[in-house]
Amino acid sequence: MSAVLPLPAGAPRGPFLGGMRGRVGVTVALAVVAVVVPVANLLVPAGSVFHLSDYAVQLVGKIMCYAICALAMDLIWGYTGILSLGHGVFFALGGYAMGMYLMRQIGADGQYRLPMPDFMVFLNWKEFPWHWALSDSFVAQMALVVLAPGLLAFVFGYFAFRSRIKGVYFSIITQAMTYATMLLFFRNETGFGGNNGFTDFKRILGVPIATPTMRMLLFVVTGCTLIAFFLLARAIVESKLGRILMAIRDAESRVMFTGYDPLRYKLAIWTLSAVMCGIAGALYVPQVGIINPSEMTPAASIEIAIWTAVGGRATLVGPIVGAFFVNGAKSWFTQALPEAWLYVLGAMFIAVTLFLPQGIVGLVRGSDGVLARLLRATRREAGSAR
Amino acid sequence: MRSLASLGTAACLALLALAALAPPARALTPAQATAIASGDNDSRIAALNAAVASGDARAAVLAQALLDGAVKVRGDDVYLVGADGRVVDAASGAAVTVPDDADDATSNNRMRGALEAALAGARLVSSDVAVRRAAIAELAKSPLDESQLALVEKALAAETDGALRSGLERMRATILVTSSDRTKRLAAVAELARSSRSAVAGLLQERLGDGGESDAEVRAALQQALGAVRGRLAWGERLAVFFTGISLGSVLLLVALGLAITYGLMGVINMAHGELMMIGAYTTYVVQNVFRSVWPGAFDAYVIAAIPAAFLVSAAVGALLERGVIRFLYGRPLETLLATWGISLVLQQAVRSIFGAQNVAVENPSWLSGGVEVMSNVVLPFNRIAIIAFAAIVLAAVAVLIARTRFGLFVRGVTQNRRMASCVGVDTRKVDLLAFSFGAGIAGLGGVALSQIGNVGPDLGQGYIVDSFLVVVVGGVGQLAGTVAAGLGLGVLNKLLEGVAGAVLAKIAVLVLIVVFIQKKPSGLFALKGRSAEA
Repeated sequence: MSAVLPLPAGAPRGPFLGGMRGRVGVTVALAVVAVVVPVANLLVPAGSVFHLSDYAVQLVGKIMCYAICALAMDLIWGYTGILSLGHGVFFALGGYAMGMYLMRQIGADGQYRLPMPDFMVFLNWKEFPWHWALSDSFVAQMALVVLAPGLLAFVFGYFAFRSRIKGVYFSIITQAMTYATMLLFFRNETGFGGNNGFTDFKRILGVPIATPTMRMLLFVVTGCTLIAFFLLARAIVESKLGRILMAIRDAESRVMFTGYDPLRYKLAIWTLSAVMCGIAGALYVPQVGIINPSEMTPAASIEIAIWTAVGGRATLVGPIVGAFFVNGAKSWFTQALPEAWLYVLGAMFIAVTLFLPQGIVGLVRGSDGVLARLLRATRREAGSAR
Repeated sequence: MRSLASLGTAACLALLALAALAPPARALTPAQATAIASGDNDSRIAALNAAVASGDARAAVLAQALLDGAVKVRGDDVYLVGADGRVVDAASGAAVTVPDDADDATSNNRMRGALEAALAGARLVSSDVAVRRAAIAELAKSPLDESQLALVEKALAAETDGALRSGLERMRATILVTSSDRTKRLAAVAELARSSRSAVAGLLQERLGDGGESDAEVRAALQQALGAVRGRLAWGERLAVFFTGISLGSVLLLVALGLAITYGLMGVINMAHGELMMIGAYTTYVVQNVFRSVWPGAFDAYVIAAIPAAFLVSAAVGALLERGVIRFLYGRPLETLLATWGISLVLQQAVRSIFGAQNVAVENPSWLSGGVEVMSNVVLPFNRIAIIAFAAIVLAAVAVLIARTRFGLFVRGVTQNRRMASCVGVDTRKVDLLAFSFGAGIAGLGGVALSQIGNVGPDLGQGYIVDSFLVVVVGGVGQLAGTVAAGLGLGVLNKLLEGVAGAVLAKIAVLVLIVVFIQKKPSGLFALKGRSAEA
């Protein structure tokens, strides 16, 4: 199966941080996340034009978590050609691990004033199930954020890739995995809070979670994580590993015949991608204040793919742009025209696959992108005017 | 209540007419009527059972009137007040006027129960089989004791229908198992041992418990009988599990048959397949409403009319999808997956806009409601049986169409070698269009079936899409036989595991099994061999 995607423009880029342009871009992004937004939100008075509302900060923070997922999806789908319909599960696993830690931080301040989380009191449980045995410890739970999605992805990926399940088959199997996991998390007796999931968080590391400063701190951490993952993804894409991944995407049999074992490479990037999603989930939960099995629906997983596709597969900026574009549109539509949102989302799926195989970024960038055409047109006009 | 009471009276009048044809019955004496209508419960019930067992039709009329609260008593005189206000004497049936100081005869719950049982007993000797069957079913539910034995014996002597005889025999045995005569008890236990009802198992268990049977020989017989009944019940349960498995399998099969064509033969992954089924189900809903408002007399036939309607509507939507979106994406399965997912979102929202987000009510026609009772613990619902038959018919039709017709030949040809088919003059684009809308139409038929067994709502298709793709994956691409085997197999397996581990764990176990299975047989149950496997 040959992919229609071209290699990213200028793939063999050498210098540190992608040369001058890259370094400037990353510095600007860092400055915005770590200085501009905090100042605009916390220091600029509410009446000013430069003030950034709490709502906007929360929305952007949430979308940055989604952007990490889209970036992870891009690594596995855009660069390796494996469409996962299970990334929502990894995201939710990270979220649940963080969520349980936050549940334990509530302590005896819950509805029942008991040391156990409310949903366990409700079920009349006296002790924690094995998977939450260490949930009191922040370090253990943060390890779980990485290990739970990582292990699931590793085991699942090992068996799937070993038997050379690929293409749509793999997508369908991951979707079935998503479906089964969702059912599991919906049950009360599995210890994940059933329908309601985890919510009503009060503290993180003993500090109240709902204060403006804490919210801003989480925002900055999320932003820096996104930038770090972006740099990591770029390092991978530009390395030899990245070249092999793209070769697997374009002609897997030939990669095998030249002596590489695709299993290892696929498994490595698949597991890394899952871990990225898990971390995104862990950053998402304290900002949004809830995690429940609706994050695990097959629809949620497939939406991650559309963020990547809308932004532009096999580009690194694309998924981030796509996550912001689609989720920005979603939060506008669900307020202004809630009925229309599913039509718009559905139309995005269709339009992107039919007309924009390289997404928004492809529209702007490249020799036949809108930007290039506009430039050429203006140059021509300038030439004829002379 | 009023109409119910008059209905009861009418039934009794009919009974009266039947009794008039029967050999002359002993008339109800005024003293008996008084004993039934007034006094303490024990004596009333005894009098009632004696009167009914004697086969007196007037006793049944009196019992029904007592249930309806249409009896007045003054001293020893008992009056029945008809629905139209006319009053007759309870014993003779002669018209009389009721004195002003007559009291209403009242009956408490225990008395009412006895009255109902007595009425059912009276109906046991009706000449109408349906009335007798209903009476036996009703009587079997009430607590039986030896006062009803005479009645049951009498009915048994007159009964000719085999199934009803066995019901009566069981009833007699139920009464006799507590008899004071040891041989009668033994005979009763032997009779009960032939049963396959959970109620009988309960009764036997009760007799074995404290305060039950004390005789050692009878106890041993009871034990043996209990084992026999339980063994039969267990078989019934196994049968029931197997049946629900086949039933689920046939639903999956219907869902997967459409996919076997669009995905299995054409290689188009259609995530909107579930929504095409939903469209079929909503078409059924619309057809139902049309029948209800235009031809209410022919309402039962709406399902038949819905079958072609759903096929055509879904096929038309499928044709639109193929022309509008899918034909641009042939050979790009992942893109097709995403685009058709988008289509499914649009279709769901469209249905929500038109019909509302709530589920709509699709009623079973009368011939699809109810079921056959194979054993007391196994009832096979007619709608499930109909779906199994329907799935078989659709499967046969698809198989014939693909294997025996010119259209099927073209579809297979295009699937195996598009360019060669094109070279010999097959219009491949037309074949694509027809094949895809055919698959969509089959999905619509699946929707008709689903509308008869579950809720019809905008997300109807979502629940089945994962399962049905698994069916196709397990069955192997390009194969109808594989789809059939996988659909039925996964259905039965799912239900079997559900019995052991619960619904959720069963789903997960099935998924794990599928992943393991694909390790061994990556291209499904019935893999294509030879050259076409490479295509």
